Amino acid sequence: MTADMGTLTPVLTDNWADDRAWTLAAYEARGGYQALDKAFGMDPAAVIEEVKESGLRGRGGAGFPTGMKWGFIPQDNPKPKYLVVNADESEPGTCKDIPLMMASPHTLVEGVIISSYAIRANTAFIYIRGEVLHVVRRVQRAVQEAYLAGHLGKDIHGSGFDLDVVVHAGAGAYICGEETALLEGLEGRRGQPRLRPPFPAVAGLYSSPTVINNVESIASVPSIIEHGHAWFASMGTEKSKGYGIFSLSGHVQRPGQYEAPLGITLRTLIDLAGGIREGHELKFWTPGGSSTPILTAEHLDVPLDFEGVGAAGSMLGTRALQIFDDTTCVVRAVLRWTEFYKHESCGKCTPCREGTWWLVQVLAGLEKGEGAESDLDLLLDQCDNIMGRSFCALADGAVSPISSSIKYFRDEYVAHLTHGGCPFDHAASTVFAPAGATA
Amino acid sequence: MSLSETTYGELQEIAARYPEARSGLLPMLHLVQSSEGRVTPEGIEACAEILGISAADVSGVATFYTMYKRRPVGDYHVGVCTNTLCAVMGGDLIFERLKYHLGVGNDETTDDGKITLEHVECNAACDYAPVMMVNWEFMDNMDPDSAVRVVEDLRAGTEVRSTRGPRVVTWREAERVLAGFPDDLADEGPAAGPASLVGLGIARERGWTAPGLDTSSPGGSDDSTAEGAAGVPQTKQEAVEQADTSRAETETQQEEGK
Repeated sequence: MTADMGTLTPVLTDNWADDRAWTLAAYEARGGYQALDKAFGMDPAAVIEEVKESGLRGRGGAGFPTGMKWGFIPQDNPKPKYLVVNADESEPGTCKDIPLMMASPHTLVEGVIISSYAIRANTAFIYIRGEVLHVVRRVQRAVQEAYLAGHLGKDIHGSGFDLDVVVHAGAGAYICGEETALLEGLEGRRGQPRLRPPFPAVAGLYSSPTVINNVESIASVPSIIEHGHAWFASMGTEKSKGYGIFSLSGHVQRPGQYEAPLGITLRTLIDLAGGIREGHELKFWTPGGSSTPILTAEHLDVPLDFEGVGAAGSMLGTRALQIFDDTTCVVRAVLRWTEFYKHESCGKCTPCREGTWWLVQVLAGLEKGEGAESDLDLLLDQCDNIMGRSFCALADGAVSPISSSIKYFRDEYVAHLTHGGCPFDHAASTVFAPAGATA
Repeated sequence: MSLSETTYGELQEIAARYPEARSGLLPMLHLVQSSEGRVTPEGIEACAEILGISAADVSGVATFYTMYKRRPVGDYHVGVCTNTLCAVMGGDLIFERLKYHLGVGNDETTDDGKITLEHVECNAACDYAPVMMVNWEFMDNMDPDSAVRVVEDLRAGTEVRSTRGPRVVTWREAERVLAGFPDDLADEGPAAGPASLVGLGIARERGWTAPGLDTSSPGGSDDSTAEGAAGVPQTKQEAVEQADTSRAETETQQEEGK
């Protein structure tokens, strides 16, 4: 890290407080769309190389190197190439892409143009979940403004490069955040993941070479082109370069978006957020959404990068830090997540479709204080039979909260049995809990 | 009742936006809901006809996605997030209170046809928990009393504004925007709500920036292809070792498949 770097490093969030930040005028007043000209001055392959060298890894959860993904597009394939932006942000706890598109949709649009130029795509799609009307409006408007200003369409900035962008609203399906299910949705079908191979880079949308990237990944591209790969890589840690948006929610004094180099710790972030709710302590948290195994107060100093969180037995995921204090019943929390996965399972793979249903049955019994301690082993056995046995990662995500919570809070499950139900006062967890309420 | 000529024409218009017409199906079904108040058999037939696919294919899609409704939806769809974080922060109590107050269950509509109540999954606004959506506009930081006030205002026809958006339009009007026909309200509301700006505010207060962003930009990139920065994977094997999931791992195997 360099000496002049702050603990927080606003890049993507830097213009969010600007007056009418979502407009083209506000974005251009800050130098917006200048990285585009710099990219047009480079060979497309050099743009890919620049992103590769920056070390940018996918911001949608998996952390695969973005530039390498672009490099997989076979340029000798005569079919059209496509860029698809995954703006289906739905992983519980994840709330970074939605405010980004609401505040600064042009950052995304400029990233889309540069990225499409790099992979030589002349059509790009932004697939936004349907349940965020105003974000859809803002992105629709930004695309319209970009066309009128000559940033989209034919011969952009006199470069000879053509690009059309289609804004596409989804219709409510968590699974469409999975990239091949998203492609199915974008082709007008039920959102069910595809078997790979072939991979999207070879046969994606309409069986053509396709890159699918998360909103934050694409939005990071203009800054990398503008300031250079070395600038980007000067932030973060050895294998987790750059900045990212960390989303704190739950029982902290100031929930919100905190943009920082990868590798910051939860201790630092909670400190910036004014601490845990008055009079309470951290109990458990998710590092990157509900699909990433939960962690506890013993992990406060884990570097929040791909390697650090992995070594702690979880995953960095989407940096969706959901913070729960000592008033929260972990069994209730896990049951609710499990009901979510059951509801969102697309039904294609039997271990997921049936397995998530059984997980809910057993967990719901435990939560009510019914059943026996042996049900915990039954749950773990079910998890074993679900994990790694489906087309996509939904089912793997479904077992994460269960196995990790039993690991850290087995006693609390047992307490439901001895207590004959949930020993917690759920009202005490709410933001409008009366002062002095306790668990 | 069959669809109007205008609606049929707009459905065709949506299909024409895409390299392959069937890609228009999701927005087309949004338009059917806007025009008919729900996904009707006639709407399904029209989509099938335009796309040259069977009505069964269209129905299969319409029943997969939760935003598509087979029963009439009220003027205002009120969604209360009851996924874990919002539930814990108060979403469960808000949902219970609204069910009691409106006298309806989940996914039911009040007798006056004004409000359809539904519990919804995470809507990507966790830093504003507990969150409620009205026709898919954000109503941030709700509690049971404020939630009741919102639905009462909606029923009374009093203007309700999203905390991060415009005055709330009707459900049918909202569905039209999702079908890709903008309503010119993009400039309403703030760029960001307070929680979105918390980190930025702290950084400004303490003078924290990304390197060089407060002065001139450092380091050009013209020699970028020279050699890899330390830690950046140069091969797919290295990338696999670093990636977080088996999904990313399989992603790299394509080269072997060539």
